[in-house]
Amino acid sequence: MSTESLLEIRDLSVTLPTDSSALRAVRGVSLDLRRGETLGIVGESGSGKSMTALALMNLLPPAARRQAAAIRFGDDDLAAMGEKDLAGRVRGRRIGMIFQEPMTSLNPVYTIGRQLIETMTIHGGTSVAAARRRAIELLEKVGLPDPASRLKQYPHEMSGGQRQRVMIAMALMNEPELLIADEPTTALDVTIQAQILHLLSELQRELGMAMILITHDLGVVSRAADRIAVMYAGDIVETGTTEAVLSAPRHPYTQGLLECVPGYREASARRLGSIPGIVPSMTGEIRGCAFAARCPRAVPRCHQEDPPRRPVAAGQSDGAARSFVCHDPEETRGRGFAGGDTATGPAIRRGGDSVLRVDDASCTFSVRRGLFGKRKPLRALDRVSLDIRKGEVLALVGESGCGKTTLTRTIMGLQTPDAGTVTLAGRPLGEQPARQRARLIQPIFQDPYSSLNPRQTIGDLIRRPLVINRLGDAREQRARVHRMMDYVGLPSRVFNSFPDQLSGGQRQRAAIARALILDPEIVICDEPTSALDVSVQAQILNLLLDLRDELDLTYLFVTHDLSVVRHLADRVAVMYLGEIVECGPGEQVLNRPKHPYTRALLDSALSIEPSLGVPAPDLAGDFPNPMNRPSGCPFHPRCPLADQRCRQRVPATETLDGTLVKCWKADTPPPSGPLDVRPDHNNKEDAAP
Amino acid sequence: MTLKETVNQTDLAAPSPHQEALGLTPGQAALKRARHHLGLQLGLGMLLVMGVFALLAPWLAPHDPYLQNLSLRLLPPAWVDGGQWHYVLGTDHLGRDYLSRIIYGARISMMIGLGAATIGALIGVTLGIIAGYFGGWLDQAVNFLVTCQLAVPSLLLIMTLVFVIGQSITVVIFVIGATHWVFYLVVTRAATLRIRELDFVAAAGAMGASKWQIAVKEILPNLVNQIMVIFTLEVAVAILNEATLSFLGLGVPSPIPSWGLMIAEGKTAMFFQPWLVILPGIALFVLVIAINLLGDGVRDVTVTNRRS
Repeated sequence: MSTESLLEIRDLSVTLPTDSSALRAVRGVSLDLRRGETLGIVGESGSGKSMTALALMNLLPPAARRQAAAIRFGDDDLAAMGEKDLAGRVRGRRIGMIFQEPMTSLNPVYTIGRQLIETMTIHGGTSVAAARRRAIELLEKVGLPDPASRLKQYPHEMSGGQRQRVMIAMALMNEPELLIADEPTTALDVTIQAQILHLLSELQRELGMAMILITHDLGVVSRAADRIAVMYAGDIVETGTTEAVLSAPRHPYTQGLLECVPGYREASARRLGSIPGIVPSMTGEIRGCAFAARCPRAVPRCHQEDPPRRPVAAGQSDGAARSFVCHDPEETRGRGFAGGDTATGPAIRRGGDSVLRVDDASCTFSVRRGLFGKRKPLRALDRVSLDIRKGEVLALVGESGCGKTTLTRTIMGLQTPDAGTVTLAGRPLGEQPARQRARLIQPIFQDPYSSLNPRQTIGDLIRRPLVINRLGDAREQRARVHRMMDYVGLPSRVFNSFPDQLSGGQRQRAAIARALILDPEIVICDEPTSALDVSVQAQILNLLLDLRDELDLTYLFVTHDLSVVRHLADRVAVMYLGEIVECGPGEQVLNRPKHPYTRALLDSALSIEPSLGVPAPDLAGDFPNPMNRPSGCPFHPRCPLADQRCRQRVPATETLDGTLVKCWKADTPPPSGPLDVRPDHNNKEDAAP
Repeated sequence: MTLKETVNQTDLAAPSPHQEALGLTPGQAALKRARHHLGLQLGLGMLLVMGVFALLAPWLAPHDPYLQNLSLRLLPPAWVDGGQWHYVLGTDHLGRDYLSRIIYGARISMMIGLGAATIGALIGVTLGIIAGYFGGWLDQAVNFLVTCQLAVPSLLLIMTLVFVIGQSITVVIFVIGATHWVFYLVVTRAATLRIRELDFVAAAGAMGASKWQIAVKEILPNLVNQIMVIFTLEVAVAILNEATLSFLGLGVPSPIPSWGLMIAEGKTAMFFQPWLVILPGIALFVLVIAINLLGDGVRDVTVTNRRS
């Protein structure tokens, strides 16, 4: 890593005018980046991290105002540069950018070849043929097989992971000195996330680029970044090397964030730490520390004076200055964000009676391509058997498209299986009237923005199940709503608010209250925290666990986040292409996985380990299209252990050490040591049609 | 509008101690916002004034609207050369007082405009929700109906219907309403298709709500905005349609004054006496503006959605 400075931002501010006052999205950010270095910018939504990156290239929304003492990029000052120069010489040429949504950042009406070639020829001086050669070379480099023919494809012909690879190739077309990746893997599955991050770090090393990695995921940043800048309310509150910041955080916010991540402290802790409140909107006059309102260590001075930026004299010769902004750094070791009663958590009950059984449920949709296309079967569930026991948390893990949602809909009775049965409380689900079923089983959805009817007030929303099921008179119902709101920690003043007046965390609390007001036995949590910020996620997870103990609930917890699974699951079921491939006690599955897919999932999950890099992906290719199921074991095209038998015959479910596994090789010991990096893994990516 | 609401919400904190705990109910909040909404008040005011004129026409009209005075035909309004203050807005080609006819016309025109638009809304929204929410063969059947409706020239259809059923105001209202529901249907069907995929619909299903409960209680309230916009457009369309019908002799039976009919009759003398067209045109314009302002205003004060 060279020590030459590439980017030097001094005192960058961005203000967005609103009707009443100005929103200060970025407040005096200073950053340094050297050539070849990766800087991770971490922060929750609304902290101004994307705005900082956009301000660099002056791609801010039209009304936004940017001020900076200097933005030195190499020999140029971007702050003083005109729009024409910036567009012609810097953007897309010396600074490349990758956005979050690979689905929307490629133009659907042009072939990817045209889009790739254009990024190069648009700046002039390059012939189409040369650009084409470069495009093919780069597609090869990002791991897309048969790059020449890929150029003729349209974005919709590729999977999400493949599109993100194309985006990376596009950003690299002009050999940028700096690559800005704004949440490059947030929209992707864990296994693809690991592949993309690994690819990015390899390319970076190879091409000597600097990279700014913007993310909310501390696990990602801990693996991929050399240095970290933690942003809060438009300001960098702490910065330093990844190792130093994550292992010994000095600012209370950094500390709080880390406490919120499941599994960062001891895995045994029952409650996560959580930061109370939400990120404030930075409008109007801001006095004192922006974090003071949420900080457990705040002293009166914090509310009045801006805290000073303090360097940490670590004596680092390479100039990677470590600093943070806080009045009261010395007490760092004292009061923290402990979630409280870590020791008093009640004993984990598991293995009660079965409350819900799924036996050999299959679900096939027929999908027609185009108006006159032939109908093709899509098997969303393939002879799934599952058993949920009283009082447990059963985690259902799998990538998108594996049939998790179909399974939960089947369990809730919203989808009738083609074959097999669901038995709820001893009776087949199909025979129970909808209202009776509703009182036993209730869902909590992923996105609190779409799961609450925007036209109903919070009070009405929570009361709705009682109205539909005709329980109690109006006064009784209101009383129950108020009690429930109290339970989930919603202030009673939001009773008459509409959902859009609430924050994401509050909405999810309302959704939880609505699910629990019928006093159900089983709650199906479908990724209840993946749409929320880390600090809010911790609040909601704590709440769910508390409610389970108080109300004697059973959870089916659908998620792709393995750190959450590790934190709360008693049993784990892993799904792949409509089948449950492994199911057993949490400890067993997470620590001694039997199925190679489980193993791959666990390897791809990025826990906070600054000392480790991004693991080399063990899984070949993308999640296959469920329309074209592979023969034999559905996992064999991506499996490192697959052989002839796997390709031809479907494995049966067998029991090993109390775990149900569906694999021919389940008894084969996992490859020891570092995962075998198969040199040809890039060439096997042929999954999506 | 969005920003205005944000501002308004800050002063929603009511001083009453009971409500401070809960916040205002949606109705109270809407009323409070309505008090600051000039457009809504203006629209409501204009509509009320027109309604009063329509109701009290026999007392407010200076002359008998049917009384012909051929010697004083085609008088211009009083402020124009040759006008008389006795006939403030002049007279028509049969020498009837134009002001009185406009006041009486308000009755018919408002009835037809609002009535026909409501009937159209009932048909279109019902079919739209059915097609969008239930889908399948119902959707195809409704789409077939739309295709038929669009394929047959609506004027021809209206003429046939009026001819078969007979000529009266009620018939005109129903016939116009029954041929103006396609807009409602297309828009509500598309919105329903989008909304039914949202999680709150699945949540209602999981609570044990029946399909009709979901359609009426969960989906319909989310369509109110779109329905209101189309409604305001359809009122004007219905009034003009009635004019066409009247012009062809199939609308309101002749001596009864309606704005549409007045415009149609005035057309013959338009080059000598443009006021005959301009005045009922202004009345029609004011009615449509009032309904638009009211519709927009109601949407603004009831909707809290700051995102969309």
